Amino acid sequence: MSKTKRIYLDHTAGRFTDSRVIEVMLPFMKLLYGNPSSIHSFGQETRQAVEDARIKIAELISAERKETIFFTSGATESNNIAIKGVADRNKDRGTHIITSSIEHMSVLNPCKFLMTNGFKVTFLPVDKYGFVNLERLKEELTDDTILVSIMYANGEIGTIQPIKAISQIVHTKNAYLHVDATAANGQVPLDVKGEGIDLLTLSSNDMYGPKGVGALYIKKGTRIKPLVHGGGQERGLRSGTENLPGMVGFGKAAEIAKKELLTENKRLKNLRDKLIKGILDPISHSFLNGHPTKRLPNNVAVRYDFIEGESILLSLDMMGVAASSGSACTTKTLEPSHVLREMGLKHEEAHGSLLFTLGKQNKEEEVEYVIDIMPNIVKRLRVMSPLTPKELKE
Amino acid sequence: MYSEKVMDHFKNPRNMGEIPDADGIGTVGNPVCGDMMEVYIKVKDKCIVDIKFKTFGCGAAIATSSMVTELAKGKTLEEAKKITRANVAESLGGLPKIKMHCSNLAADALHHAIEDYYKKQKIEEAK
Repeated sequence: MSKTKRIYLDHTAGRFTDSRVIEVMLPFMKLLYGNPSSIHSFGQETRQAVEDARIKIAELISAERKETIFFTSGATESNNIAIKGVADRNKDRGTHIITSSIEHMSVLNPCKFLMTNGFKVTFLPVDKYGFVNLERLKEELTDDTILVSIMYANGEIGTIQPIKAISQIVHTKNAYLHVDATAANGQVPLDVKGEGIDLLTLSSNDMYGPKGVGALYIKKGTRIKPLVHGGGQERGLRSGTENLPGMVGFGKAAEIAKKELLTENKRLKNLRDKLIKGILDPISHSFLNGHPTKRLPNNVAVRYDFIEGESILLSLDMMGVAASSGSACTTKTLEPSHVLREMGLKHEEAHGSLLFTLGKQNKEEEVEYVIDIMPNIVKRLRVMSPLTPKELKE
Repeated sequence: MYSEKVMDHFKNPRNMGEIPDADGIGTVGNPVCGDMMEVYIKVKDKCIVDIKFKTFGCGAAIATSSMVTELAKGKTLEEAKKITRANVAESLGGLPKIKMHCSNLAADALHHAIEDYYKKQKIEEAK
């Protein structure tokens, strides 16, 4: 084993910034520093750059016009504005919100916060693949429902929700549909008009843009209130002096994603399916988390019986491979991932979960290396485990 | 996040395995919590002459199991009973705070194994 080998397969946790993105950002850290709100030429040139970036993001998601795109500090803020901003502005119409039980914490926790402020929240269950129960959505939706928030895809299990079908149900009532596309953006084509989305959360880093910037698409006419009050930037929805390099970089990332998405999507799917097959077929008592085909092109979520996720991660790290786990031992709460539990996995099954997320710099030989080392890692830990049945140890 | 010592015991666990004719066996934790350990001891003249472990769990769980077997091997039962969770963590150069409770169960497993030995001895004597 080579000590210097380093393979990064944890792209859901963080991505590098594309060098073409860094290129366009640099002038905005050196030469172009005017405040986009200023009337002089320094301000006007940066204003133009912000608006160009806005156009590129609008184009990526087929938004009707650039004015529907609002820059934020990232997906967490976008989710907070979408949920709390819509709830506050529409409480005269209703106080009921629906979401799913496998959303990201930046959706679940704002919803829980609203529950302490007079709102009622329904957390929809999911099936064993992680698909939201649409029948339950129909049942729970009432005239009191003002917002439904469902993620486009789940980064931990890869499952892609049937957003168009969800939108059709939601719009039988007078409710808005918010979609958190953090895990999906830059990976699958997004079409807010075609899919009937009222609010969409986007993350820059998840499409190889810089960290610390995100966006919220808000369909024209949507009733929403700001959370941050100040100088009225972003048309009053999100005050604060513009993060110029971040916005410009995000715009470039969106432009690249739009151009390269389909080719990269196909390449990643091949690598994904090779890795899934390669680390499941030769190892008994191993399973795929999530759906085999309706999943993100970069997502490989698996689990192994009788062993624990963190010890698998440490073993991989010793071999130079960076991955992630749904195990309790890698979290701050000591509880296994809520996503895996909601899909019906038992605690002990969730503990043995492992997540690889591919990215555009990953090569086929890196996937082959992981396929190569995985059986021995699992075997070593199973030999140590008192849970492993005798026949497996020989 | 882990000390070098912890990683060393994780990579090369000492005394891993089972003792088929063990004089005492101690089990702690359960798979639901994500940590489970078994400690086997062989006793001669009130001394632990052999000790082995099996562990399901995170890196800390495996390293503490390995360390406790190293600390207890060759000790008298009275000495081994005095080995604490804190001793194990200290010998490993410390553990992350969050792991101190959940994964530092190895000393308990050792104590259970010693109790199990005493229990079995009493039954033997009664025969």
